Amino acid sequence: MKRSLPFVVVGLVAAVTLISSTVFFRAKKAAQQAALAAGILLPAAGGHSLGADNAAVTLEEFGDYQCPPCAGVSGALHEMEKEFQPDLKIVFRNFPLPVHAHAQQAALVAEAAGLQGKFWEMHDLLYAQQSRWSVASEVDGMFNSYAAMIGLDLARFKKDLESNEVRQLIGSDQKRGLSAGVEKTPSIFVNGHVIPPAALNPVGLRNAVEAEKSKNSAN
Amino acid sequence: MSSRSLAIIYVIAAVVAVAGLAEATYLTLLNLLGETAVCGASQGCAEVLGSKYAKIGPIPLAGLGAVAYFAVFSFATFAACGYARARKFFAGSVFAMFAATFFLLYLQAFVLHAFCRYCLISAALIFFLTGVATVAPIASDSRDP
Repeated sequence: MKRSLPFVVVGLVAAVTLISSTVFFRAKKAAQQAALAAGILLPAAGGHSLGADNAAVTLEEFGDYQCPPCAGVSGALHEMEKEFQPDLKIVFRNFPLPVHAHAQQAALVAEAAGLQGKFWEMHDLLYAQQSRWSVASEVDGMFNSYAAMIGLDLARFKKDLESNEVRQLIGSDQKRGLSAGVEKTPSIFVNGHVIPPAALNPVGLRNAVEAEKSKNSAN
Repeated sequence: MSSRSLAIIYVIAAVVAVAGLAEATYLTLLNLLGETAVCGASQGCAEVLGSKYAKIGPIPLAGLGAVAYFAVFSFATFAACGYARARKFFAGSVFAMFAATFFLLYLQAFVLHAFCRYCLISAALIFFLTGVATVAPIASDSRDP
């Protein structure tokens, strides 16, 4: 009995690991499928958009400037907007996560730049420089230098940063995200349908946009 | 050290290895589901688990960790039942995992500038197992199959 004991124990642990992994994986996959099938995120005003307003496909992203996967996806979204013109509109909405110390400040910076018509320039610059400012203890100086780099009126920029207007813009984006069940970033919806995490890459996103485009052409 | 005390030490090591196996398996499944590619409630985890260092080709590093933890658990279980050769395999596999852990901690600290709590928990488990492998005598007594 004692000779076979280790074989039995190891075999049991292997079996339990395999079975529990399978059960967990299937449950999570089912939850993802349920999220995909559940309701549509209806279009709404607000957010910052690239592309034609009447584009057949709208890709709406809830992003956090301090989130590395958001930075990773950002370049691909710009390329896709150009590639699918005029059939694709990209909409960005703020969803700064509490775990990222500078995310809220970065969102305020982008919205303040937006009040001077330079939202996308600041959005792109924040993602491009993310690896530098996200590890800094103080970011005000860096963000002010970004504002100068894209030609903003610095005095107005600093005033807008403190304004209720920019806070409300971010707050309304967050409210929309929370109502759609957004908890993580990036969270991306294509024509209102949530894209599963496994497809949040250039290939997955292209496939999703192509599928919606084909559906619209068929209709 | 009596053989009974040695057996108890290896049983504890086996339990710790199972904890590591559970964690590594969980992270592997999250990777396969795509959930390591987004930022959520844990600071640092997306930066680490979603980085290019989290995979070797198509294989999630956590998956290799799960295999390694299962090997360590198996060797510890056999060692606890008196299989002397298993003690050497246990020590060898633990020291290999220690070296890998050291490298991964370096990557988090100096390359990614981010720490994932799951990786830190795994590192703590490996450090404990390394202590066991260092302290427990690698004796060639008892039976072999």
